[in-house]
Amino acid sequence: MSNADIYHEMIIDYSRNPINYGQIEDHDVTFHDSNPLCGDSIDIDMKIDDNKVSDIKFHGKGCAICMACSSVLTEIAKGKNIDEVKKISKNDVLGELGLENLQAVRIKCALLSLKVLKFALYSYLGKHLEDSQDVDKLKEEAANLY
Amino acid sequence: MQSAQTSFENIRKDFPILGRTVRENKTLVYLDNASTTQKPNQVIDAITDYYRNHNANIHRAVYALAEEATELYEKTRDKVANFINVKNRDEIIFVRGTTEAINLVAYAWGRAHIKEGDIIVTTEYEHHSNIVPWQLLTQEKGAKIEYIGMDDNGELILDDLDKYLATGKVKLVTFSLMSNVLGTISDSDAIISKCKNAGVLTLVDGAQAVPHMKVDLEKLGCDFFAFSGHKMLGPTGIGILWVKKSVLETMNPFHGGGDMIREVHKYETTWNDLPYKFEAGTPNIADVIGLGAAIDYLSKIGMDSIRQHEIDLTTYALEKLSQIKGLHVYGTKDITKRGGVISFNFADVHPHDVAQIIDAEGIAVRSGHHCAQVLMERLNVAATSRASFYIYNTKEEVDKLINSLNKVAEVFKL
Repeated sequence: MSNADIYHEMIIDYSRNPINYGQIEDHDVTFHDSNPLCGDSIDIDMKIDDNKVSDIKFHGKGCAICMACSSVLTEIAKGKNIDEVKKISKNDVLGELGLENLQAVRIKCALLSLKVLKFALYSYLGKHLEDSQDVDKLKEEAANLY
Repeated sequence: MQSAQTSFENIRKDFPILGRTVRENKTLVYLDNASTTQKPNQVIDAITDYYRNHNANIHRAVYALAEEATELYEKTRDKVANFINVKNRDEIIFVRGTTEAINLVAYAWGRAHIKEGDIIVTTEYEHHSNIVPWQLLTQEKGAKIEYIGMDDNGELILDDLDKYLATGKVKLVTFSLMSNVLGTISDSDAIISKCKNAGVLTLVDGAQAVPHMKVDLEKLGCDFFAFSGHKMLGPTGIGILWVKKSVLETMNPFHGGGDMIREVHKYETTWNDLPYKFEAGTPNIADVIGLGAAIDYLSKIGMDSIRQHEIDLTTYALEKLSQIKGLHVYGTKDITKRGGVISFNFADVHPHDVAQIIDAEGIAVRSGHHCAQVLMERLNVAATSRASFYIYNTKEEVDKLINSLNKVAEVFKL
């Protein structure tokens, strides 16, 4: 498989027309991060009601891989309760787009939004005094994602 | 007599890496020369020869090997001096690269001369290596950093420089002779003469210029000059800092240690002569010798021929790129004001996606912010794709680049 073959229809479509793109004015938590080497930059806003992600949006600048993965990730997270969102793994995102074998140099493009989501959750839970062990585990997981 | 075209074709034989294939049996098309260049056999052999036949530490021992190693090392200092037209070899300091050279100046000159309220002027198109060391210094000293702006043509706005010089607080103006993103050749004559009239020192980052055009420091007239070996066919980890002697004499050492001292006592030390005062520890002997071989190689071709070759290639590439719908090239189109560095964006396709698709065709271009985020902000883009040429690149390779960009258009349905 050529490295150019990762650009299948779904990725191009999501990069052109990302879903859940934008901001949530009255968000309960927001988080921003970027990849220092390539300049991809993502913000995620979440609205959380009854322990559930009732709304989630992302915005920022990134390549087609980054935009497509952010679209897919926010779609996966939307409507789920916090415990389920905590468990979202990198393979959930990569698998959805057939990117399981993405080369190492591009993996950070694909997983930036997942990192931001995990940190957003960490900062939300930190503020709401959840089980602190669990929160620290989440932070560690986010920091070591790639 | 051989035509210029033929001699440049023969050059490729000297670079073993250019014969290899990448990805799915694609011939390598290497267009990331602003980042680092490939190495000819002559450079690789010089390094191997040193390790095989002459390896010893320099400047100390009296045995034969040490004498040979010292001679090879010091001979390169003369080659460098001759290459950039410096009369006094003691002004040439070997460092790791341009980044270390600028940090050395910020540390050893800056700490001795910069005070609260002083201004250091740089430009909007600098590499991070000519911004961050000055931020560190000015923050430590309570001084200020100001930027000469860039116009939409990718050229510096020299009125900004006048404005800062008029404050009387500027101590140093630092700028690159050629932008690593846009290829713009700075109007060094104008900048340096303005600074001289104001009694302000100038530092010139020659990392992109020295490999690609004749640079004559006597004519240039700056006070500090820095460049890297690996961007001019030499090895990584070796670069040059040149400082005018009258300025060098006012600087404290950078690193303390062996070789930079005259006498060390328990509580005081006196310094070695120039330039050794600034070369602490065992230097990168092998790569200095490799750089010497690179200078020999470039000198044999001639810097004016190299510049002409790149003008021809760049003109050809700019013309071809301008025919691609939706492709935007940054910077001036005036070939006399630019080198062989072409930054572009292709419609709404992110540069990383462009780079990945054309990589599958064997084409190596850089995508990203090119260590110039201040410039990216000025251009209002997150990143660009950048193709940059050197002596071994050909028009056929430019054609391959153009064809691969057509593939990008196909994939992204442009």
